[in-house]
Amino acid sequence: MPISNHAFGTIEASVYAPEIFAQGLPAAQRQAHGDRPRQLAAEDAAPLLALEGIGLSFGGVVALADVDLSVRPGEIRAIIGPNGAGKSSLINVISGVYRADRGHVRLYGARYAQVPTQRLAHLGVARTFQNLALFKGLSVLDNVASGLAYRTRSNFAGQILGVGRTRREQQEQRGRADQVLEFLHLTDVRDRLAGTLPYGLQKRAELARALVAEPRLLLLDEPMAGMTAGEKSEMAAYVRAARDRFATTVVLIEHDVGVVMGLSDRIAVLDYGRKIADGTPDEVRNDQRVIDAYLGVASDNEEGAGI
Amino acid sequence: MSAIATQLSPAAALPKWLAPLLLIAFAYVVIPLIGNSYLFEAILLPFLALSLAGVGLNILTGYAGQVSLGSAAFMAAGAFAAYNFNLRIEGLPLVASIILSGLVAAAIGIVFGLPSLRLKGFYLAVSTLAAQFFVQWALTKFSWFSNNSASGVIDAPKLSIAGFEFDGAVGRYLFALTVVVVLTFLAHRLVTSQTGRNFIAIRDNDTAARIIGIPVLKTKLLAFAISSFIIGVAGVIWAFAYLRTVEPAGFDLDRSFQILFIIIIGGLASIRGAFLGAALIVVFPLVLSRLGGFLLGDLFDSGVLDMSQRIVLGALIILFLILEPDGLVALWDRVRRRLTLAWQSS
Ligand SMILES: Nc1ncnc2c1ncn2[C@@H]1O[C@H](COP(=O)(O)OP(=O)(O)O)[C@@H](O)[C@H]1O
Ligand SMILES: [Mg+2]
Repeated sequence: MPISNHAFGTIEASVYAPEIFAQGLPAAQRQAHGDRPRQLAAEDAAPLLALEGIGLSFGGVVALADVDLSVRPGEIRAIIGPNGAGKSSLINVISGVYRADRGHVRLYGARYAQVPTQRLAHLGVARTFQNLALFKGLSVLDNVASGLAYRTRSNFAGQILGVGRTRREQQEQRGRADQVLEFLHLTDVRDRLAGTLPYGLQKRAELARALVAEPRLLLLDEPMAGMTAGEKSEMAAYVRAARDRFATTVVLIEHDVGVVMGLSDRIAVLDYGRKIADGTPDEVRNDQRVIDAYLGVASDNEEGAGI
Repeated sequence: MSAIATQLSPAAALPKWLAPLLLIAFAYVVIPLIGNSYLFEAILLPFLALSLAGVGLNILTGYAGQVSLGSAAFMAAGAFAAYNFNLRIEGLPLVASIILSGLVAAAIGIVFGLPSLRLKGFYLAVSTLAAQFFVQWALTKFSWFSNNSASGVIDAPKLSIAGFEFDGAVGRYLFALTVVVVLTFLAHRLVTSQTGRNFIAIRDNDTAARIIGIPVLKTKLLAFAISSFIIGVAGVIWAFAYLRTVEPAGFDLDRSFQILFIIIIGGLASIRGAFLGAALIVVFPLVLSRLGGFLLGDLFDSGVLDMSQRIVLGALIILFLILEPDGLVALWDRVRRRLTLAWQSS
């Protein structure tokens, strides 16, 4: 896996770029926790999310076998592994898109055999998809505002007639969407149809749609896939800034090991549906099984800053 | 590019509602003055009924992405419900029986929309055929629906609202126009509301829609209900204002396809598209028969006309699907943009 030192350097630089932190964001009540997550992650906090003995197969294909995973509040938790290792399946199990054959998901202490997808947003979980999943026929603004659709209280009749709370509700949702668009530097494209954006911006717009709900848990399935090195480091900066701003816990799937090492607090490594390593970036980097299975010849990366 | 063009265009400076408002004023004031009964009976009345049906189907298919081949069934349900409400409830105002008949069509729409909770695309389209066949069967089988009339063909009641009689071709035109304007306005409000955006979200990616908390099942059924309501009222206009009779035969599968073609040719997910598509579908056979008669004389009888209509229409649909999947609306917008640009540079 090629690692770009340059890209990694840019991440560090832009993560701490003052203009990102200077953005005003709606989550006033969460700003107080702005610097807590890192500290929490370091301690032994009760897990926000725990997978226990998850098994999942499709026909004869074992996608996941006896996977345990715990995610602490406020951490950026990466899941890496080669193609087909079961990373997306894991996120699909967490978000209830798939039902695990074995095991269960513990979310804020509650235990689920299958997480109720239609209540996911209410539970404070948001996610993005490996393949673009924006609503192509809606503007970027409406896509992002739709991330708040679960809070809509008005019904269609009220909306048609424009009575009662509908107007206020819409203004409020668009206002929040606009703030997130500004945070992710998408304001310039806010009125464009989502389907007409270049790939990298669509990925970012999907992150915006997930963030607007201010989720407690954010699941990102390869948010930087197919991006240039520059775009990747930008995206990494946004992910970290989002975590710091919203005190959101992040589960991140990413192929680029360099990006992952710099960004995450802990990393789990999957291979053929099994978890073969789990630990801090340093621990994972030096794990012989990981090196064999995934990282390839370690000496290639010795001088790399990211690994 | 398109964004720049719209910014430059002087039309963009005008409020959006101006063009529709002028069009409506024209339809109310000028057309009744200049139109003859042929225009009303053969062109405008079927145009209005089919446009409204197109608007209804577009909500379901264009916006919410649920393909339906049952439109004519919902038209029939609306027409027969209105007839029976009018017949069996003494003194029920026409407006009330129209609304009630829309609700009946909506209820039937919800029932036949239930398969959409499990089926998609082609399979859903096939399952909506069930509505088509079931409704037609029930209406022919149970003569109660047509008040035990021997022929199954029944005369529609007179159109009057609050003592005002909509008599003659012009009267029926104004009646149909009013219903279409009101429902189209409400449909426009709907598709630009949160609910309309939820429809689009479900159409574009229903997994993502479910994840962000849009109630997918409820919203799909709502799309079926609202769409069927509008199509049901279109059926009332078709029977009461255009044909003046109520009979199941006019609401067959051909009609369902016709409405589907209207929104494909006009433009999916566009209210204007339903009107453009309906205009083409209504005017095109008339033009074709004139043209055929002119070119071929007596050889061009009704059989040839019918066949050539089907062939040309089929070709048109294929052409649109390949060359202009966004329909007449997209074509129209492109031409208008070109014209504005040309006008500016001159
Ligand atoms: N919906 C599905 N149907 C059938 N097989 C699937 C499905 N989803 C995943 N798989 C299989 O499960 C395995 C893991 O896939 P995935 O979770 O997408 O891996 P990754 O995201 O790590 O690349 C693969 O062998 C894949 O083919
Ligand atoms: Mg994957």
